[in-house]
Amino acid sequence: MLSLDHVHVAYDGVPAVVDATLELPDGHVLAVLGPSGSGKSTLLRAIAGLEPVGSGRICWDGADLAGTPTHKRGFALMFQDGQLFGHLTVARNVGYALRLRRARDTEVRVRELLALVGLEGYGDRLPATLSGGERQRVALARSLAVQPRLLLLDEPLSALDAGLRERLATDLRDILREAGTTALMVTHDQEEAFTVADRLAVMRAGRVVQQGDIAEVWRAPADPETALFLGYARVLDGAEAAVVRAAAGLAGDGPVAVRRSALVVADDGPVRGTVRSARATPEQVRLVVDADGLGEVDAVAPLGAHLGTGDRVAMVVDASRTALLPTGN
Amino acid sequence: MRRTLTLVGLAAVPLAVLGVFFVLPVAGMISEGFYDDGRLDVGAVLDVLTRPRTVRVVWFTVWSALAGTALSLLLGIPAAHLLHRRRFPGRAALRAVLLVPFVLPTVVVGVAFRELIGEAGPLGFLGFDGSAGAIIAGLAFFNVAVVIRAVGAAWESLDPRPAEAAAALGAGPAYVFRTVTLPALRPAIVSAASVVFLFCATAFGIVLTLGGLRYSSVETEIYLLTTNLLDLQAAAALSIVQLLAIVVLLAITSRLRAVPDPTVARSTARPPRIGRRDWPSIGATLLVAVLVGLPLAALVVGSLQVGDGWGLGNYRALTTEGSRQALLVPATSALVMSLRTAVDATWMSLSLGVLVAVVVSRRSHSRAERRARGLLDGLFMLPLGVSAVTLGFGFLITLDQPPLDLRENPLLVPIAQALVALPLVVRTLAPALGGIDDRQRQAAASLGAGPLRTFATVDLPVLWKPLLAAAGFAFAVSLGEFGATSFLAREENPTLPIVIFHLIGHPGAMNYGMALAASVVLAVTTAVVMLAVERLRVPSLGAL
Repeated sequence: MLSLDHVHVAYDGVPAVVDATLELPDGHVLAVLGPSGSGKSTLLRAIAGLEPVGSGRICWDGADLAGTPTHKRGFALMFQDGQLFGHLTVARNVGYALRLRRARDTEVRVRELLALVGLEGYGDRLPATLSGGERQRVALARSLAVQPRLLLLDEPLSALDAGLRERLATDLRDILREAGTTALMVTHDQEEAFTVADRLAVMRAGRVVQQGDIAEVWRAPADPETALFLGYARVLDGAEAAVVRAAAGLAGDGPVAVRRSALVVADDGPVRGTVRSARATPEQVRLVVDADGLGEVDAVAPLGAHLGTGDRVAMVVDASRTALLPTGN
Repeated sequence: MRRTLTLVGLAAVPLAVLGVFFVLPVAGMISEGFYDDGRLDVGAVLDVLTRPRTVRVVWFTVWSALAGTALSLLLGIPAAHLLHRRRFPGRAALRAVLLVPFVLPTVVVGVAFRELIGEAGPLGFLGFDGSAGAIIAGLAFFNVAVVIRAVGAAWESLDPRPAEAAAALGAGPAYVFRTVTLPALRPAIVSAASVVFLFCATAFGIVLTLGGLRYSSVETEIYLLTTNLLDLQAAAALSIVQLLAIVVLLAITSRLRAVPDPTVARSTARPPRIGRRDWPSIGATLLVAVLVGLPLAALVVGSLQVGDGWGLGNYRALTTEGSRQALLVPATSALVMSLRTAVDATWMSLSLGVLVAVVVSRRSHSRAERRARGLLDGLFMLPLGVSAVTLGFGFLITLDQPPLDLRENPLLVPIAQALVALPLVVRTLAPALGGIDDRQRQAAASLGAGPLRTFATVDLPVLWKPLLAAAGFAFAVSLGEFGATSFLAREENPTLPIVIFHLIGHPGAMNYGMALAASVVLAVTTAVVMLAVERLRVPSLGAL
């Protein structure tokens, strides 16, 4: 089990990670989510032993890793752009750590790994001849070769284009589950985090602001900024929040975060408003509505609803697309 | 902590060598000037600086070096464009030929120029002999290759798309060059210019053979003052001026050269064919070819002239000691000596150079560490600019008593030459290492590879070609080194450049013919080594 205990990391006196405390039990996949510059990559590099820790402890199964250099930690690190060794074939890249440990049956294991990542028969090719997605698969196979006790993934999919990213994220989840790997992934993409991980830690300005089971974090962001970063469109407070809470049948008295699809046009909805603009997407019609008591909010309507600017609409609130935030933030 | 220890550990050996064989001799040489009969006499040294002759020498050094640098850039940049950005038959051969002057021993360059423009030479009617123009042409002859190499390497790997984008926005070729290409080439041009200026300002053999009595640079003046006039105070004063000027220059260039991201992104676009619009580049390249070709041709022709006829007599005479006992040993054994010395100097400067390059090219984690690495980088560049004469004479006066009594040691000459070659070796290796994405090393480490294994996996595959190139450079530098060697080589074991210098100094047609023949032999030997290096196509000197 990986545990971080009040870890500080600084570059030249400028703090990059402040007071980070985290736990990652074996067999889980933790996504560290944060905007760029939030210190998440620094945190990952500190865990890998590539950045000196200012204060605090990084432990594996309770043992402090401070004196252990990167190559003895038994953690594999996979970079955003793979960092394959360009002069070695795919098979030799994948088998690199195996040969290092003088493992037997290297070839068999390499073939297994290539099959695992869906690249059978690619063993003799050079990295330069592969596409970006293929390269990342090879990098993943290379990282998994010696069954690392922890796999560290630094934005593993962000160098890829959108469609490929989605597909590879699903593959990545399946591969990690199948191999039973404990992994920590750093990303700025909520979708990617949601697809691959089962636990989530949100970082902002060097601090871990929230962590826990991924669905829980999603359902209950700790504060408005976190809510907005997790993809909620707006955070409503005061009287506006009360309108939404009443319409959704939610108890409590704090601010409410709403996703863009939280308000759905329905004939007998409790919230009424005037359509300001309507835009059709392949799945639904996206509206901006001037709602009574709420002001301008996003809403959606089913395809085929013929709505135009100025139309009056009634809306219901989908409670599963809202989140209650703690009071006093 | 661990990082600091590694840094110190790696730097320890080169630092010790530099301390004993560079700092100590140079410091000894300088303090020799400050102490008169055992007491410190700073005033006398400072007085030297106000002598009219000193002022004249310093002024000549500065303006001739500036002129030499300007001429080298003026000819070198267009030639770099043609040779590295255009495609035409015979390009590889032309590139190789234009590279040769840089590695020619300076004594040979001097001899070749005198053969061309001397009174009896084919261009003697110009009255160029002994003029400042001849010296500047000699400096450009020597250094245009540096510009072509350094700028060409950068130009070759320049991504053409920004220039295409500018053209698409309506910019004409000249405007594109000024606003897009030139800024991108600036680091290469600045570093080439600074190195060329250094080479020009410390040129020894060329000024000594071409300057005659009228012109003297700081470097030749130091030589003259120490060997002929035994005025060590004046020599020390000039050495200090030189040292200070070079430290300032190195500091300025490292500032100007700094780029935010040294990681090399190369484009592999095939260069276009040569076209009619390339006439400025073609013209400049032709000029360079003439500048390089004529003296070399004159040298070869002269070496084949025996009396009024033609023949190989001068070459056959190389097995003798020359007429009127000009030499103690035949020129051929000096050649053997040169080659043996060069082998020793090469392995020495390579082993030191690899260590230094590793130390200075690793990415720093803190500002203090970055500063330490920068300081080391500058320190190991110093031999580039410190007078080889000062170094050689310093060896003599500081390494003469136990525990460092090395004057009789046969390794003394190679050690001095290795130090002279060291900056070049480091500058060839360090950019290659600096161009490696540090995450490659981290990837290897995270897969369980220790530091040595990481070096073997990540650094070595990138390094071995530059390493061979650096070996070639070190070998060539050693073969041609004259300044320090002239002090250190023992009379019964001279190297070939020393022999050539002796032969020029001795009267007699046979001795002069032998000097020409020996120059050709030395030039061919060096050129063969360099052409072998060129086949490796390492963008060496790229970040000088």
